[in-house]
Amino acid sequence: MEFIYEFSKILLATCRDVLPIIILIVGFQFLVLRQPIPHLRRLIVGGVYVVIGLALFLAGLEKALFPLGNIMATQLSDPVFIYGTGEVVVHADWKAYGWVYLFAAMIGFATTIAEPSLIAVAYKANEVSAGTISQWGLRITVAIGVAFGISLGTFRIVTGTPLYLFILVGYMIVIAQTIFAPKSIIALAYDSGGVTTSTVTVPLVAALGLGLSATVPGRNPALDGFGLIAFASLFPIIAVMGYAQLMHWTTQRKIKSMEKK
Amino acid sequence: MITSIILTKLKNAFTDLLPIILVIAFFQVVVLRQPLPQMGEVLFGALLVVAGLSLFVQGLEMGLFPIGESMAHALARKGSLFWLLCFAFALGFSTTVAEPALIAVAWEAAEIASQGGLIDPSRESLNQYAFGLRMSVAFSVGLAILIGVMRILRGWPIHYLIISGYAIVMVMTIIAPKEIIGIAYDAGGVTTSTITVPLVAALGVGLASSIKGRSPLVDGFGLIAFASLLPMIFVMGYGLIIFG
Repeated sequence: MEFIYEFSKILLATCRDVLPIIILIVGFQFLVLRQPIPHLRRLIVGGVYVVIGLALFLAGLEKALFPLGNIMATQLSDPVFIYGTGEVVVHADWKAYGWVYLFAAMIGFATTIAEPSLIAVAYKANEVSAGTISQWGLRITVAIGVAFGISLGTFRIVTGTPLYLFILVGYMIVIAQTIFAPKSIIALAYDSGGVTTSTVTVPLVAALGLGLSATVPGRNPALDGFGLIAFASLFPIIAVMGYAQLMHWTTQRKIKSMEKK
Repeated sequence: MITSIILTKLKNAFTDLLPIILVIAFFQVVVLRQPLPQMGEVLFGALLVVAGLSLFVQGLEMGLFPIGESMAHALARKGSLFWLLCFAFALGFSTTVAEPALIAVAWEAAEIASQGGLIDPSRESLNQYAFGLRMSVAFSVGLAILIGVMRILRGWPIHYLIISGYAIVMVMTIIAPKEIIGIAYDAGGVTTSTITVPLVAALGVGLASSIKGRSPLVDGFGLIAFASLLPMIFVMGYGLIIFG
């Protein structure tokens, strides 16, 4: 009973998210385009699927994943677990947080694979590239980028290095890669930075960041807890362009060695 | 026939979720060595996630992608730049302005600013600050989609626009008050919701494929990138104007 109440609340919230889109599309069809929408019934059924599917997805996450992720983040960043004693530690030793970095990387990878926005973009990219960009190839590359980014982000929280240093260096790398990467991948690479930080990743990663900055000695959650999301959207760009460069380079080498023969 | 399609969809959704299950199982069994709390609840939740994800993907193929593309084609055929840009701006603005994640972030930002003594801690001024922040983010997303659509129409190379955007972010990071920077970076992430992303991607690809001389891969993508870059600039700009 309680679940049905919770689910209807989530369903209503999802409907409310869709409402502006429906108003906009219907308004444009009637006032500007003045044409009937083709395959209207199919579209409506698809729209209903999206809303119900997303509501079920969110309800399931709130029931299973988020509480579990929160518990695990607190357990892993607990000083008793990290240092093995209950004594108060004044200075954080960054070497003691190995499991936290590993957890951050693995949970970043895993949640990115399940991210619906990324599934949508990978589907489109596969379609318009006529199959050259594989859906799983793109999703795994992006997930590796997020894994590295979030792991580095937790390292930053532990050591207390200023956020902007990492971001500025990251931007430099992106700019340098943009100059050398194949032109066809650039737009998609930039986009993959924006889609990773969505429904699944943001709540879990935010919980990890806030939990960690609350337990690491000398950190303030209000100032240090932020920024993990920025890492999670910067490194996929680097990963996707890097992968494209690598592919480009290996095919070039193959062609060259074939020419020699 | 239909059951086999449904089974494939469910199997795909299960594969999508598998890494999360493995990671959690590994850390519980090997590292933390504690029993999972509320095993039944967790399993039920995981089933909901699998069912929800398969329905969502089915709905994408049937509903969101086709409507995004058919709107793009219809607007391109109509040939009115004004209405196309109106649609682009309205899509970005309307899907962002009431986004719950944004409302939460804006309110949090107001509290951090009042703790830092940057704004008056009265409820009215907190509200005003949070509202201003929300409006600047929504406006920036609208503008971002508008600029992105203009780019597709004119065929501007994306990297010049994005790199100059990054340069602006870098300069503003140095001069903006530090209470706004974390929020600004996160604002770029919360604006692109799960329903907006497929629609915007379909709009871009649809436009690029209906205009002669544009490639859907090179020109069709990039709208989401603008939508996560511009809010950072606008939020830091808002901070600079409000705090002087």
